[in-house]
Amino acid sequence: MKTLEKMRAAMRRERSLRRMAPDIVYDPDLDTSHGPILYLENITVSFDGFKALNDLNLYIDDGELRCIIGPNGAGKTTMMDVITGKTRPDAGTVFFGQTIDLLRLNEPEIAAEGIGRKFQKPTVFEQQTVHENLELAMHADKRVWPTLRARLTGEQRDRIGEVLDIIGLTAQCQSRAGLLSHGQKQWLEIGMLLMQNPRLLLVDEPVAGMTGHETERTAELLNSLAGQHSVVVVEHDMEFVRSIARTVTVLHEGSVLAEGDMNEVQNDPKVIEVYLGE
Amino acid sequence: MRLFPSLLDNDRGGRIFMGLLGVVCVLVPIFNLAVPETSPFHMSTYTVTLLGKYLTFALLALSVDLIWGYCGILSLGHGAFFALGGYAMGMHLMRQIGERGVYGHPVLPDFMVFLNWEKLPWYWYGFDQFWFAMLMVMLVPGLLALVFGWLAFRSRVTGVYLSIITQALTFALMLAFFRNEMGFGGNNGLTDFKDILGFNLQSDGTRIGIFLASAIALTLAYLACRYIVDSKMGRVVKAVRDAEDRTRFLGYRVEQYKLWLFVFSAVLAGIAGALYVPQVGIINPGEFSPINSIELVIWVAVGGRGTLYGAIAGALLVNYGKTYFTAAMPEVWLFALGLLFVLVTRFLPAGIVGLLRRRGAEAAT
Ligand SMILES: Nc1ncnc2c1ncn2[C@@H]1O[C@H](COP(=O)(O)OP(=O)(O)OP(=O)(O)O)[C@@H](O)[C@H]1O
Ligand SMILES: [Mg+2]
Repeated sequence: MKTLEKMRAAMRRERSLRRMAPDIVYDPDLDTSHGPILYLENITVSFDGFKALNDLNLYIDDGELRCIIGPNGAGKTTMMDVITGKTRPDAGTVFFGQTIDLLRLNEPEIAAEGIGRKFQKPTVFEQQTVHENLELAMHADKRVWPTLRARLTGEQRDRIGEVLDIIGLTAQCQSRAGLLSHGQKQWLEIGMLLMQNPRLLLVDEPVAGMTGHETERTAELLNSLAGQHSVVVVEHDMEFVRSIARTVTVLHEGSVLAEGDMNEVQNDPKVIEVYLGE
Repeated sequence: MRLFPSLLDNDRGGRIFMGLLGVVCVLVPIFNLAVPETSPFHMSTYTVTLLGKYLTFALLALSVDLIWGYCGILSLGHGAFFALGGYAMGMHLMRQIGERGVYGHPVLPDFMVFLNWEKLPWYWYGFDQFWFAMLMVMLVPGLLALVFGWLAFRSRVTGVYLSIITQALTFALMLAFFRNEMGFGGNNGLTDFKDILGFNLQSDGTRIGIFLASAIALTLAYLACRYIVDSKMGRVVKAVRDAEDRTRFLGYRVEQYKLWLFVFSAVLAGIAGALYVPQVGIINPGEFSPINSIELVIWVAVGGRGTLYGAIAGALLVNYGKTYFTAAMPEVWLFALGLLFVLVTRFLPAGIVGLLRRRGAEAAT
């Protein structure tokens, strides 16, 4: 009995050391044996005849950090809507790993498979405190009855404390989220993502409204998450993209225009024409 | 009882309300039963019944606040669940009459004899048993809410559309219950009750008993609601109210949360109806009328939504006003109510409770 407790304590300590990238607790059967964790194939989405996504093909590798850039209206947010179940495509397939067909799942089911999202326009629960926002996002049994009976364990409290620390909102933890500044809301949403601890993070314009210093910290954080998690970042801030990017995908008019590392992409004449050259 | 204080630790309004209710529960029986009728301090049984009726309305308002104030589901058909609970109780009281009816039939209620019915319809079976009737008081509104909510929430019907179909629901039930063939007494409803659990319904003691039962039901329901809204489920529900889509992306099955909250709320409304019927002595299809459901939403708005005790305060105040007005100037009441609603939504969006809180905050600074 004693030894068991000691081991537990030791494991807890070890976990707190790796706090930036905690254990993944999702579906162990998620089959990424072929490399990619996310497959988007021949996706088309039209809004009243206008094709927001046009035969889009995109593959994200397990553990990679991918940046997606593209001019306004290129379809970046729509792509995230398709992955998270908010928008149903008119055509195409979306697979998470080899076996999970995301088009057959609804929003909460997709979230439960381990896909988390930060929205372009920060959406936090404004009437509730920062602490409560994090608690709501926390990876846990999210069915009704267990949620009614749920009490925060010591470990969960610690985890919320760690995340508060990472996002720099410890002092504000009891204030209503609606009172935060735009940048702080962005951080809170990132914190909510960390609490969810998803396998795949979709991060839409994380540094809009942040100061230079905050932007740097975000870059650091996203970098530390890659590897354990797969991260897809949409961003307009080129400085930021350069600081984190390994592979960059350029979207234009709903399909992939170019893909490669930052230098390749920047020197691609097509890209210069539609985007960087503007 | 450690449970009570811990639930009310951060709920000053709740503690005040519980305290007042406790005092009333001690004083009312004394002034009604112990103080002689000749004394000016005697409380008439009419007043006791009136207060008991208010308590059932308070319970009904509580059930609406739980879904509207905390989850943003504006049901304009909650009167239907109240009426169904009332009918279940009414059916039991009807069967308790036995041979004492006008026609003296041992099993059939008077209205069935009058319609020349030979035997009891199957859905009246079991209602001679008190426990069965009490089960139905909760089960019938609960099941209706389950089926209705499942269809509505699954199709993601929200906002005004949901309010409209709940109105349609109660309206449809009203039309159905007006029909004699339904077997619920048609437009006369169920009445002429004699006794409950062997106690004469007209006696002072029984009236006090039902009054106390209403107070206990209200207390327990309040604590249950407080438990729910203070739990993590309560926080999820508030999240649904404020940003439904966002809650889905966190992995919560929003429909399930709405559904179970709605069902629980309907059961509370049913219990309120069951306590209401023996006090007023009648249940008829008028209880399903859409205006009733709208009225009770106004009680909650006046008291202040999303606080639980605000709904109770609103129900008590508005109904007190209604009793006063309908006696003094009956034609004016509906206009007064409408005006009250407009004034509250315009000037007091957080209701009376909001006003008091603001006063309190100003006084503190
Ligand atoms: N629900 C909708 N109905 C109609 N059109 C839409 C809808 N959602 C997006 N669109 C259109 O689809 C196109 C792609 O939009 P999307 O939001 O995906 O672009 P984006 O790449 O995220 O742009 P930004 O950089 O400005 O965020 C835009 O032209 C937009 O107007
Ligand atoms: Mg966008």
